[in-house]
Amino acid sequence: MNLQWELTTEKQHEIAAFARRMRLDMLEMMKHAGANGAHIGGAFSATEILAVLYCGILKVSPQNPLQPERDRFILSKGHTALALYSALFEAGFLSQEELMGFEDNAGHFSTHCCKYQEKGIELSSGSLGLGLGYGAGCALTAKRDQRDYDCVVLLGDGECNEGSVWEAVQFAAKYHLDNLVAVVDFNHQSLDGFTVDTMPIANFAEVFAGFGWNVVKINGNCIPEVVDAFLGVQRNGKPTAIIADTLKGKGVSFMENTVGWHHTVLTPQQYEEAKAELEVANGI
Amino acid sequence: MEYSLSQAMEWSRLSSRKVFGRVLDELVSGHPECVVIVADVASSAGLENFAKNHPSQFVNAGIAEANMLAVATGMAETGKNVFVVTFAPFASMRCFEVARTYVGYMHANVKIVGLASGLSMGVGGNTHFGLEDVALMRAIPGMTVICPADCTETVKAVETALNFQGPMYIRLTGVNGNPIVYKGDYDFAVGKGVVLKEGSSVAVLANGLMVNESLRVAKLLSRSGVDATVVDLHTVKPLDEELLLRLAATHHTWITVEEHSVIGGLGAAITEFVRDHQLPVKLKALGLPDQFGPSGSYAYLMDYHHLTAKAIAEEITKFLQENNQ
Repeated sequence: MNLQWELTTEKQHEIAAFARRMRLDMLEMMKHAGANGAHIGGAFSATEILAVLYCGILKVSPQNPLQPERDRFILSKGHTALALYSALFEAGFLSQEELMGFEDNAGHFSTHCCKYQEKGIELSSGSLGLGLGYGAGCALTAKRDQRDYDCVVLLGDGECNEGSVWEAVQFAAKYHLDNLVAVVDFNHQSLDGFTVDTMPIANFAEVFAGFGWNVVKINGNCIPEVVDAFLGVQRNGKPTAIIADTLKGKGVSFMENTVGWHHTVLTPQQYEEAKAELEVANGI
Repeated sequence: MEYSLSQAMEWSRLSSRKVFGRVLDELVSGHPECVVIVADVASSAGLENFAKNHPSQFVNAGIAEANMLAVATGMAETGKNVFVVTFAPFASMRCFEVARTYVGYMHANVKIVGLASGLSMGVGGNTHFGLEDVALMRAIPGMTVICPADCTETVKAVETALNFQGPMYIRLTGVNGNPIVYKGDYDFAVGKGVVLKEGSSVAVLANGLMVNESLRVAKLLSRSGVDATVVDLHTVKPLDEELLLRLAATHHTWITVEEHSVIGGLGAAITEFVRDHQLPVKLKALGLPDQFGPSGSYAYLMDYHHLTAKAIAEEITKFLQENNQ
C-alpha cells in the first residue's frame, strides 16, 4: 500500500468526488440492471472505503493490471461487486461500456464478481466467508518470498457469521501477516434485516484483538477517518482489522439504514429522487 | 525418482499416505513454487521430514479445512502450486464448496490430497471413510481426479502433480502393506489408463486397491475359461476415451470395481460414457452400497462388502451367466 502521504483538503475533495461519482455510476448500473436488481445497500455503505483505496492507498495500475507486485484488493462481500466495478471504472480499469455491461446476459460483470485480473478483479467471490482466507494466502506468499505487495480484504458484518472468517483470522495471526488488512463494512444489516436480530455479533474490536490483531474502529463513511485508518496500519507482525461503522444505503436518505435495500429494484421515481440527492451531495 | 521392486516393497510397507509425504520431501527439490498445506495431519501424511526440511514451503492451517482451501487458492493465484492435505472426507466434504467455487471456478493451481480414502480407516467408521469423494470432486468442472492403484502409482501421481497446472484431486487408499501392482517403472500419464492384462471377453475396469484385486479376479476367472482384460483407470476424470472406445470394439462386457459408493464414482463415470457414446456394452458396477455400513478391520470390511477377488469373480460369473455368455 502507498502509505506515505497526507490528506490535504484538495485530496479530500478528490476522494469525495470519486465516491459521489461511484454512487451515481451504481445508480445507472442499477437502472441498467432493471428487474434483475442490484445490491445497492451494501455497495453504498462501502463506497468511501473503496474510494479511499482506489484514490491513493492501493498500489494498482490500470496500465499494468497484472503487475506481480500489485496490491491485492479482495472483495469478500462479493454481492456488492457493483461497488467494485464502479471504483474500477473511476480508476480507469473499466470502460463505460464495460461498466454498463453490469448483469448483462453472458457478460463479464455479473452480480457477484468473477475473476478477471486483467480488469482488476482479483477473485470470484460471492460465497461469503472465504475472501479473508484467500487474502491470507496471497499475503503469506508475499511474506515467504519477500515480495512487495499488501492485501486488503473487504468483509461484511453479516458475512462474519461464517465460521470460516474466524478460521482465517486465527491463521493470519499465526503467520504474522502484517501485510494483510481486513476491513469490516459494519453496516448493521444483512439480507433478512438488522444483524443484531438475525445473529447478534460479538464485539468485533475485542474479538479481533483477542485473536492477536491490530484493531482500529472508525466511521467508515467518513473519508478522513478511512484514510487515517489505512495510513496508520502498523507493520508489527500483526494483521490489522479496520472496523468501519457504516450506514447501509449511505448517500440516499430513503435507503439509509432502512431494511429492504440489500438487493432490490428501483422504480423510476426512486431513481430520479436518488439521483437528485446524490448530485448535490458533497460526500465528505 | 527410482522405481524398482525393492522400492515398491518399501513403499508398500509404509502405506500410500505415508509414501505421499515421504516422496514429496525428495521430489520438491527444484520446485520452489510447491507449497504443502496440512490441516493438522503432517504426521498422518508422512510429511514430518518435509516440514523440517522445507519450512518455507510448509504451512499448517490447523483443523480448519475451509480456510485451508481458501488460503491455498490465494497462494496459487500468487504463483504457487499448492498441495492441500487432509483425510479424504474432510478434504472433499468439509470444504467442498471452497473446492468448487475457489479452486474449481478460478481454476486454481491446487492439488487436493484425500488421505486414507475408501474404507482405509477401518475401525474408525463412517465419519472417516471416503465414500463419496470421487462423486463430489468429479462433479467440479475442470477438476482432474486420480485414484492410484498402489504406492508406486501414488509416487507417479505426486511426480505428475508437481508439474501439472490446474486443479487435481488425488485419492489415496490402502493401509500398511498395500498390495503391489507396479513392480518397477512404467508410463503414467493423466487421463491414460494402463492395460495390465490383455484378455478377450470381459473387461474389468478398476482403480485404487481394486486394481490389484481385479488382477486376482482375472486369475480366478481364467480357471473357468474366462479371459478377462484388466485396466487400471487411475484417472476417473478425464476418462481415457481412446482406450475405452478401443475396448468397446472387442469387449462387450465391462465390469467396474471401486472402493467407493456405487453412486457417482468410477462406475457412474463409465456408465455415463457408455450412455453418451451409445456403446453396445453390458455393464456391471461393483462398489460400496448406497448405505452406511459397519466399522471394522480393512480386511473385514472388504469381505463384508464383497470386494474381495473371490466375491468379485463370483459376481462376474453370475453376471455372465445371466447374460448367456
